[in-house]
Amino acid sequence: MSPETMSIFSPKMAARFDALVEKYPVRRSALVPMLLYSQDEIGYLSDAVIAEVAQRIGITELDVRNVATYYSMLRFKPAGKFNVQVCTNISCMLRGAYDVYEKFQEELGVGHKGVTADGIFSLEEVECIGACCWAPAIQVNYDFHDDLTPESVPDILDRYRNQVQDKEKNA
Amino acid sequence: MPRLVSHPDEVKVVSNRFGQGAANIDKYLELGGYEAVRKCLAQGPEWTIEEMKASNLRGRGGAGFPTGMKWSFVPKQSPKPKYVLVNGDESEPGTCKDHLIFLHDPHAVIEGTIIAGLAIGSKMGFIYLRGEYRYLLEIMEKAVADAYAKGFLGKNIFGSDFEFQIITQSGAGAYEVGEESALMESLEGKRGVPRIKPPFPAVVGLYGGPTVINNAETIATVPHVYEMGAAAFAAVGSARNGGTRLFSISGHVERPGVYELPMGYNLKKMIYEIAGGIRGGRKLKAVVPGGSSTPVLLPEEIETLGMDFDQVGKAGSMLGSGGVVVIDDRTCIVEFALRTISFYQHESCGWCIPCREGTDWLKKSLTRFHAGFGTAKDIDNIRYLAENMMGRTFCPLGDAAAMPTLGFVKKFRKEFEDHLDGKPCPFAKHTEMAVV
Repeated sequence: MSPETMSIFSPKMAARFDALVEKYPVRRSALVPMLLYSQDEIGYLSDAVIAEVAQRIGITELDVRNVATYYSMLRFKPAGKFNVQVCTNISCMLRGAYDVYEKFQEELGVGHKGVTADGIFSLEEVECIGACCWAPAIQVNYDFHDDLTPESVPDILDRYRNQVQDKEKNA
Repeated sequence: MPRLVSHPDEVKVVSNRFGQGAANIDKYLELGGYEAVRKCLAQGPEWTIEEMKASNLRGRGGAGFPTGMKWSFVPKQSPKPKYVLVNGDESEPGTCKDHLIFLHDPHAVIEGTIIAGLAIGSKMGFIYLRGEYRYLLEIMEKAVADAYAKGFLGKNIFGSDFEFQIITQSGAGAYEVGEESALMESLEGKRGVPRIKPPFPAVVGLYGGPTVINNAETIATVPHVYEMGAAAFAAVGSARNGGTRLFSISGHVERPGVYELPMGYNLKKMIYEIAGGIRGGRKLKAVVPGGSSTPVLLPEEIETLGMDFDQVGKAGSMLGSGGVVVIDDRTCIVEFALRTISFYQHESCGWCIPCREGTDWLKKSLTRFHAGFGTAKDIDNIRYLAENMMGRTFCPLGDAAAMPTLGFVKKFRKEFEDHLDGKPCPFAKHTEMAVV
């Protein structure tokens, strides 16, 4: 993408994407990571994100959507600032993941793929996240938390709430 | 942070640098790193492949294909560039070994990739990590940058005329992408659906070039084969199953964790001695030996069972990814079967009809069954559905969903019958659900 073109991404991310498309033998190989990094910055794959990614890779928007809909981490609607992903697959289930998941639902007042009214949290029941030996485990955005019990849920949520408050104070 | 565990019976080969700060390149060098690749460069590709064959190392992703053989299938001359692809999409429920490899020993992955590249005459390798492993991808990216800075990647590696590049890649959430051809599709920026075989990746793979695709644990094991010498490595394991394996032991055990044990280690000992037995002094009901797609085993089947590809295969299951999931006597097998099939229903990419429809109907059927609305006919119907998925799909996901389901129905038929005719689930916790 030429420097004079307007980008919806931060200058840092735009520069990163400029490099990303050159990283592979074939430009298109940048597509999947570019979508994920876009989502990390914008929050979801908005129409504007799809349009810019399509332009950067040099494929149609339809083609981008066709690929994006395949991957379960990619979303087309905003999630909370902190997306809580509770694994309930077998290893976690055997060690009480459903109780942990229920506790999160109770504390947040939302269910699967729900977003809290303040937009701070969203909740998701997910498949195996590769933390089976430290089950039950969750991810909040990309952070892992393991060996959980329902009792550990409020603390985890508080930690993330405090992050938001600290930021507001400093702002 | 994932907890590290230890047991005196362990033979730490692949995990010997875990917890020692080997993600730092200088530490890795201090601990003997990048010696194996120097040795291979000095000896040449043919020796490298022959030595790998002699080591009896078999693919750690699940199928257990001999690694040296896989490398030897790549044509020597190719008009298109050849590639090495490291599969770190680790998504098989019950498996978390690659998680620790990327966290504690990223340079072993890099070194193994360079060696594989040397063996097949490739100049470029890709290390693909599942999207959820972002913090591990960052560790890998730093390690790759450090290796470039030291001149271990790029041109004239260790003063030779060999040149090799490594590119890291992130997925974005898809179990199916762990299948080799789907992984290549994903790397090409497409939906991760499988390709029909033949042609096999060794001939037509990534970007149409000959490609070797190895599991991350296999690749991390590669340098150790040359450090120890093939014969010494093979001697650690059992017949035709060289070396050790990182077993992820999870579920109802006292000390779950990733333990490195020689191939062929007894499964009963693994559960009762290594992992400390069943949690809370309960009784063992069943064990899934190699990740959620492998058929369940009963306590009487594990007494003398050695955990290697051949012995577990003979016992009617698979060693798979080495994810040992231990189930105690308070667990409802119907619920466990339902949770297993729900996963495959969610992850089926929809490309092949027997898998797409089969997993969906199995989930519907098992949901109804667990809620107490099943009929005797349903039990046979579940078997019929599963049997008709087997071997009828492009990739093994269809089989991966059907095999465990068949195992549950065959080995726990009585428990399915106990759910019939609106009877409450015999496992108290779920009584409410079943009565509704």
